[in-house]
Amino acid sequence: MVKETSTLDIERNKGDFFYPETHTHDAGIGLSEKTVHYISDVKQDPDWVREFRLSALRTFLSKPMPTHWASKDLENIVFDNIRYYLSGGVQPKRSWDEVPEDVKRTFERLGIPEQERKFLAGVEAQFDSEAVYSNIKKAVGEQGVIFVGSAEGLKNHPEIFRKWFGKVIPTGDNKFSALNSAVFSGGSFIYVPPGVKVKHPLQAYFRINAENFGQFERTLIIADEGAEVMYMEGCTAPKFNTATLHSAVVELVALKGAKIQYITVQNWSNNVFNLVTKRGLAHENAEVKWIDCNIGSRLTMKYPGVVMKGRKARGEVISIALAGDGQHQDTGAKMVHAADETTSNIISKSISIGTGRATYRGLVHVPKHLKHCKNNTECDALLINANSRTDTYPAITVRGTGNAVQHEASVSQVSSEQIFYMQQRGLSEAQAMSLSVNGFINDLVRQFPMEYSVELKRLIELEMEGSVG
Amino acid sequence: MSDSSAVLEEETVSEPENNGILSGHRDQRDETVPAWFADQRGAAWTQFQSLPMPARTDQAWRFSNIAALDLSPYRISAPVSEEDAREILHRSTGLNETAGRLVFADDHLLERSIFSEKLRKTGVIFQPLGRAMLEHEELFRRHFMSQPAALGSAKFAALHEAFVRSGTFLYVPPGVEVEWPLETFHWLHAGNAAIFPHTLVVAEEMAKVTLLEHFHSTNRGRSGFSCGVNDLIVGAGAKVTYICAQDWSEKTLSIQINATTVARDASALNLHLALGGKYSRMESLSRLAGEGSRSDMLAVAVMDGSREFDARTLQDHGSPHTASDLLFKNALSDRARTTFGGLIRVEPHAHFTDAYQKVRNLLLSDDAEANSMPGLEILADNVRCTHGATSGQIDEDEMFYLLARGIPAPVARHLLVGGFLNEVLERLPDRVLVEKLESLIAAKFRAH
Repeated sequence: MVKETSTLDIERNKGDFFYPETHTHDAGIGLSEKTVHYISDVKQDPDWVREFRLSALRTFLSKPMPTHWASKDLENIVFDNIRYYLSGGVQPKRSWDEVPEDVKRTFERLGIPEQERKFLAGVEAQFDSEAVYSNIKKAVGEQGVIFVGSAEGLKNHPEIFRKWFGKVIPTGDNKFSALNSAVFSGGSFIYVPPGVKVKHPLQAYFRINAENFGQFERTLIIADEGAEVMYMEGCTAPKFNTATLHSAVVELVALKGAKIQYITVQNWSNNVFNLVTKRGLAHENAEVKWIDCNIGSRLTMKYPGVVMKGRKARGEVISIALAGDGQHQDTGAKMVHAADETTSNIISKSISIGTGRATYRGLVHVPKHLKHCKNNTECDALLINANSRTDTYPAITVRGTGNAVQHEASVSQVSSEQIFYMQQRGLSEAQAMSLSVNGFINDLVRQFPMEYSVELKRLIELEMEGSVG
Repeated sequence: MSDSSAVLEEETVSEPENNGILSGHRDQRDETVPAWFADQRGAAWTQFQSLPMPARTDQAWRFSNIAALDLSPYRISAPVSEEDAREILHRSTGLNETAGRLVFADDHLLERSIFSEKLRKTGVIFQPLGRAMLEHEELFRRHFMSQPAALGSAKFAALHEAFVRSGTFLYVPPGVEVEWPLETFHWLHAGNAAIFPHTLVVAEEMAKVTLLEHFHSTNRGRSGFSCGVNDLIVGAGAKVTYICAQDWSEKTLSIQINATTVARDASALNLHLALGGKYSRMESLSRLAGEGSRSDMLAVAVMDGSREFDARTLQDHGSPHTASDLLFKNALSDRARTTFGGLIRVEPHAHFTDAYQKVRNLLLSDDAEANSMPGLEILADNVRCTHGATSGQIDEDEMFYLLARGIPAPVARHLLVGGFLNEVLERLPDRVLVEKLESLIAAKFRAH
């Protein structure tokens, strides 16, 4: 069942296995102040973090579910049935050999160590609540780049961590960011010093192994003036019969002239509720680019955003969503222009297969007295079957003169002429369909690093099998 | 306009008590309206009271200025004096050639004229509400308030139903084509007057008709409230053109709720022209119910001062091979705000749908604000849907071109704005209508 492959595999079924649980720390089922104290005790949080968590818990409990606009499926999340913290130890290993055998096997089956050897500048692997392995190539470390788990970042680099933590996404941003703030564990902390351009991508891999579990990682990336960094994350979970919750918060800070590229390939099994808040802050002349690819999960609600705070800052979201049978990919982007001459670009392409539903939800905000701001939004949706569904819900606010904003969206299906043409040349209907779909997203896939784009194409071929005829 | 044949008729619905609309339901004791109608109003009043006021967190009221919806100042007003009525009739200038017209002030009928003999002979009904509900009870009842207010204003639709007492019933029998447009005028006159204009258009199979409705305030400084419903029922193969031209005083609160149902191979064209009002909201729902049906939804808004125009639309495709095309253009100056919330909904099995939606905002000042929410919900296959929203300003090169030819800046600006809006008006099938609307827009520019 598991094929050998030399690249990070995002094949749908590859992650569908699990090992028996051997956790030494378990916060039990359900969420209360006790749960939060348990997590704080295990992690030996400083007082301010414990307070931060408790106050976030109160915010979480007081906030209503966003059901007036969101999918009713959210109501199926039973917060009392979820396990909020599970770990086998809180110190990530620096050497692969020290990682516990079953965990090692998990990641080896997913191809992580091989990845690291090949083309990554650093790797972090998270197993349920905690990072089990975290390593950065020596040369990169010597440049002063910090790449550690968020717990380590908080302990060893409080002066940088505390300055930005929770500043891009406040606790009360939404119900799920509040939940994350209360029980967060794991995730990455990255700091790139001024002028340092990290040549190879840094990568994190998130794995859920336990049933009924909630993963709440917290990632904070800071690129100092003129620095550049690319971060990639992948995720998988086995397919349990009960629902699993993943609710991350990711904050990016690009200081003057810095560039951050954040690539996600989300391939959770289709019992996972994936409710993630991601936002970047771009200072003067800085650039934040999200490349967001959603293939797995039962319900994903994720709208990566960029707040363009400094003059000439740029924000970009490239989004690919593939909604198969029974899946709902509710994705999009938020662009908040807060300075003159800021530009943003959103390109979203979605494919709905079978009973899948792909939704684009966007927000573009240009407040008054700004000059020469530009936004371009393009959303294209492809429907494969008669019962597939797609929605588009953008919200665009523009004040004042001197700005230009445009939004375009289209919905179409694979043209029967194209299919006919290819069939005439000896391709099966499924092959022709898959070729067309790959053509539809080709210009976006090319923006991924090569290793990813090859896999993405292969995955789409797999998804298309059996969707026609 | 040939007002020589104008016939003044008495409205059959009685005079109301002079109290605020929120103080309760009136004329339960009214014996001039049929019992079923009185019952329906009573039920609507109960419903109005039970429904909550809109909140900003309702998706249907996102970006709306909820504070503008305070209904406490408004009241039902007495009939206008004879002198005022003459003045109002004098000011009710519409098209040069119309088949008939109705003029109302503060919900009281001032005039009903039928100019076309053919209209009478072919069985076209063009009557004020009060008379239609008595003379054509069965027909009227079948369609009256039969469409849902699904775009956020269910509470205001209930309020409308509780207080409605005048308006227009237009019925066109099968195969009848009404050559000239029909026209109505609704005036807000007394201070803080509340009116509930109702329009019900029923076009039977293969019928064809155009209705142009004017909404005005007699005094630009007076406040008022209009809560209108206009429902269009377009039978198989029929063609209905409906225009709502609104130029309320800048202290008017207005909510206009439209529902259009289009049957097989029929087509409807709605155009909403918004020039006035403090806060004016229009909700327009086109239901493409029959195969081969088509709906064109158009709007032009010219907003200045601190006016707010709030438009919510739904293009609801319920059958295969249907088409809808929406084009809204807003020109905004001063501190004006517009909100557009539109949705194309293609239901399962409504395959081979063509649906378009385009909203364009022209921002002419630094304090103007445009909110656009163009939405799509596609549950069918084999559809062609696109939507687009743009916000921008006057092209500096175009402005320079006109200025270089000695055209003063304000005139050049009006020319360019006029050109921008013209694309919408040009979609009307009749040149006479285009010119009428252009003249209304030009008058608005002249006033500045």
